Amino acid sequence: MKWLIDLFTSTLGKKLMMALTGLFLISFLVIHCTINAMIFFNDGGETFSYWGHFMGTNPIIRTLEIGLVAGFLIHIIQGLLLWRANLAARPVKYSVSKAPANSTWYSRSMGLLGTLLLLFLILHTSHFWIPNRTNQFTQGEELPLYKMMFEVFSNPWIVFLYVIGCVSLFWHLLHGFASTFQSLGLNHLKYNGIISFVGTAFSIIVPLIFALMPIAVYFRWID
Amino acid sequence: MKITLKVWRQQNANSKGQFKTYVADHVSSDMSFLEMLDVLNTSLIKKGEEPIHFDHDCREGICGMCSLYINGHPHGPQQTTTCQLHMRTFKDGETITVEPWRAKAFPVIKDLVVDRTAFDRIQQAGGYVTVNTGGVPDANEIPIPKKIADEAFDAAACIGCGACVAACKNASAMLFVSAKVSQLALLPQGHAERKERVEKMVAQMDAEGFGACTNTRACEAECPKAISVTNIARMNREYFSAMFSSYEVKVGGGGE
Ligand code: SF4
Ligand code: FES
Repeated sequence: MKWLIDLFTSTLGKKLMMALTGLFLISFLVIHCTINAMIFFNDGGETFSYWGHFMGTNPIIRTLEIGLVAGFLIHIIQGLLLWRANLAARPVKYSVSKAPANSTWYSRSMGLLGTLLLLFLILHTSHFWIPNRTNQFTQGEELPLYKMMFEVFSNPWIVFLYVIGCVSLFWHLLHGFASTFQSLGLNHLKYNGIISFVGTAFSIIVPLIFALMPIAVYFRWID
Repeated sequence: MKITLKVWRQQNANSKGQFKTYVADHVSSDMSFLEMLDVLNTSLIKKGEEPIHFDHDCREGICGMCSLYINGHPHGPQQTTTCQLHMRTFKDGETITVEPWRAKAFPVIKDLVVDRTAFDRIQQAGGYVTVNTGGVPDANEIPIPKKIADEAFDAAACIGCGACVAACKNASAMLFVSAKVSQLALLPQGHAERKERVEKMVAQMDAEGFGACTNTRACEAECPKAISVTNIARMNREYFSAMFSSYEVKVGGGGE
């Protein structure tokens, strides 16, 4: 077992953990985004609620949800620990640094973007996921999420914060998506092009769809 | 040319350093950066002041000794070594800030000189091939495809200067270590110790206190020998497969 502990406490192993949980969270985004986009059917939330009910009650999905919470926790805690360790690797800073000449700002700001996303996650889960699951446990009933969405997104400040969250997600994914492959060692001239293309497209499309939800509700493009 | 220099001066590893400003008149644009410092040092010695200490050896871009973080870049604004950087790269009247490499694993010894023996210890941990010496082997005895030989040669071009560590926001040594792992992992001669090598070198790298890689690719952009981050991906692959499958032995046999 020692080898396994050595592996996951090494800098490479920690990055492996970040990459694997990162990819897992990306797969979650696909599902979350697809189901939530059902509101754009504009059928009074019928399709959305059907799938929302399925996700909230299906035993397999509920079991996977435990894995999802663990995935989030590992990604967040490991990310913060790496951020601290990396800061400590350079105790004295440079007085002049031209970092923008050799790397992109968002690749150097994954910790900051991740922290913004964490704040957003706290806000977002306290709007929907936490109250809903709490109610399910205590009352055995789901909350009317579709209706709640209209209440929450009637406040322009909340809509604004959600859009900020989506923008942070865009930058985080723009570096993170392709970065997971590099950390896993999957760098190959035959595939690098497609990885970066899919990564960029994903980083634009998913946050855009997410951002359109509070906006569409606020401006009553759907009802 | 007239150049104003802000140079980091530090008496020894334990003292607190600070920047000192010097003015160098009559700098020729054909001088290398180190020659410019030589001339400045001569004038300091004449004045009875302590000259600026900096590392250098070959002065032809192959030994990796010269360091210096110049105006926010390791080895200055060009992708080359400091000894190969010429004063014509700068403007007349420019102010140039010169700092040592900054990393926990590279402590300052004096002024601009840092201790890079951490790299030596990583190499000693596994960056070699154990062979019995003997007669010179026949050139064609071990066939190596040209593409592989080229790739290994590119990795072997690393001169161990540490600019990758200096450039990285995490002071990570991944580019250096991955180049050293790659050059041997790619060649048949390196295969016997392939797994053990990467395990030991990565463990030593972590023990030295270098940071982790966040794939910003700053190292690749600043490396004077154009070592590619492809090597880092290769090291990651080598390391994970080694950790999951390297040979373990039991007393009395029965290893896997
Ligand atoms: S990888 Fe490049 S920057 Fe790093 S030590 Fe080798 S030559 Fe220097
Ligand atoms: S002094 Fe040898 S590489 Fe610059």
